[in-house]
Amino acid sequence: MSENSMVTVGRRTNAVAGYRFQKKLGAAIKLAVLSILLVLFLAPFLMVLINSFKPDAEIILDPLRLPTSLRFQNFTVAFEKMHFLNALYNSFIITVASVVFIALFSSMCAYALVRRKSRGHTAIYLAMVASMIVPFQAIMIPLLKIYGSIGMLNSAWSLVYMYIGFGTSFAVFMYHGFIKGISLELEEAATIDGCSTIEVFFLIVLPLLQSTTMTVIILDVLWIWNDFLLPSLVLLAPLKRTLPLSTFYFYGTYTVNYGLLLAGLVMTIIPVVVFYLFSQRYIISGITAGSIK
Amino acid sequence: MRTDKRRWEQTKNALLFMGPSLLIFSTVMVLPFLFGILLSFTDWNGLSATFSFIGFGNYSEVFHDKVFWSSFVLTLKYVLCTVTLTNIIAFSLAYLLTGNLRGRNFLKAGFFTPNLIGGIILGFVWQFVFSRVLTTMGKSLGWSLFATSWLSDPDKAFWAMVIVTVWQYSGYMMVIYIAGLMSIPKELIEAAEIEGASSFTRVRKIVLPFLVPSIIVCVFLTVQRGFMVYDINLALTSGGPFRSTALISMNVYQTAFLSQRYGPGQAEAFFLFLVVAAISLTQVYLGKKQEIEL
Repeated sequence: MSENSMVTVGRRTNAVAGYRFQKKLGAAIKLAVLSILLVLFLAPFLMVLINSFKPDAEIILDPLRLPTSLRFQNFTVAFEKMHFLNALYNSFIITVASVVFIALFSSMCAYALVRRKSRGHTAIYLAMVASMIVPFQAIMIPLLKIYGSIGMLNSAWSLVYMYIGFGTSFAVFMYHGFIKGISLELEEAATIDGCSTIEVFFLIVLPLLQSTTMTVIILDVLWIWNDFLLPSLVLLAPLKRTLPLSTFYFYGTYTVNYGLLLAGLVMTIIPVVVFYLFSQRYIISGITAGSIK
Repeated sequence: MRTDKRRWEQTKNALLFMGPSLLIFSTVMVLPFLFGILLSFTDWNGLSATFSFIGFGNYSEVFHDKVFWSSFVLTLKYVLCTVTLTNIIAFSLAYLLTGNLRGRNFLKAGFFTPNLIGGIILGFVWQFVFSRVLTTMGKSLGWSLFATSWLSDPDKAFWAMVIVTVWQYSGYMMVIYIAGLMSIPKELIEAAEIEGASSFTRVRKIVLPFLVPSIIVCVFLTVQRGFMVYDINLALTSGGPFRSTALISMNVYQTAFLSQRYGPGQAEAFFLFLVVAAISLTQVYLGKKQEIEL
């Protein structure tokens, strides 16, 4: 190898190294910018957390200062005044029951709609898709009128019933899209082996729908757990309130007690964060799958 | 006999599989929707058992209602601002977050966090930030912008609503944009890079055309949520100060449930439905056209 070509090779590696360095530097800057942005992004939660440990006077004096001592008094008082456990329990029951029934009924309905084609079925499907753009506000007044007149308000189960109704169209839409892509062979084989339609659905089809079920569950849990307007219209008795409702009324009652209010907020946020830590991956992919449709 | 039995079997299965969904869907969505249209043509006051038809009376009342129009115009302004800002920020975050970046998943999860929490809670969190944290900062740093609470100034309160909304939904739309960005073939961008296309050209000529489906979804979602926002509005400003931030959903709620004017309230709600439907359909139609042209 001549000396000349050695130099060229050397230069080339230098250029490559320079390019790599530039890329790395670019990535480092990007990471730094994004990290700072994230801290700013989450700062409101941080502020609430810090101040939830302070007495009111300290919060009003300087909300930016760290608490002088870890004091849980705000939490214990708020816990009691908000009827926290009660609200958490209500939220939990309502969310779980609604989501389970939405997934079950909608998957069955979508299956029937896909596998038995007829003009009526197409019409039903189209009506459901069209209903997805109807804002809740256009439904709420007559909904209250109808269910109020038959005495079906102020009960968690009426609320669950309504959530199933509002959740059906999106879930059917999601399942419909997925079931269309499943080949008939397995089902036909199972029918020949003597399985009834119900057995075919529960033993063969439903397990295949797992990813769609996951998406439906995640989107509906986020919606129902956090929903405010519908439960505020349906659930009237204080002890029937869900978490967002009890937080709202708690705020209305203790407007000046910042410490209590902030502790209440921290407590309502904690269950969600814990849930998120365990299911973060599924949530992100569920959102993606739910939006691509 | 045989076919009779089969037909019975089929009907039974259809009832079993579709019955629950159809029953609940029609009693919770379809029936109230139709009844709502009917209601908007009556003088029902929410209490009396009887009501009579008054034709377009409610609609003409709503169309002459200055309070309604101002809240409608405000909502349009709010939707325009939040949709634009949310999508720009979400896209920028997504663009920065694709590629080989350490801690990518952590950052992604972090920016998504506000979407896990209900609007009521987020509204209260920001109410504290605007009225306590920022005012203290403004005073101690001498920034006049934050010296008084944004929530007590009619103009700034509107922007406070916009900021909180954009803050919440950016992370959500970011997730959708990231999925869109991942679907662009890497070779294409690399080829453009080698050919010497600037990063701006790369975004404009390759990334954006590929992202059209994601953009359609994100704009659709942000428009819908913008028109229907209620929780954040209620918790952050409750429509104040002086009704300066009462968006259309809140207006419907107040007309119907607080002033007990159910007919006009329903007419407002139905008007909202028509606007949302018209915008959504136009947008989906235009988006589809764009997609085909590619």
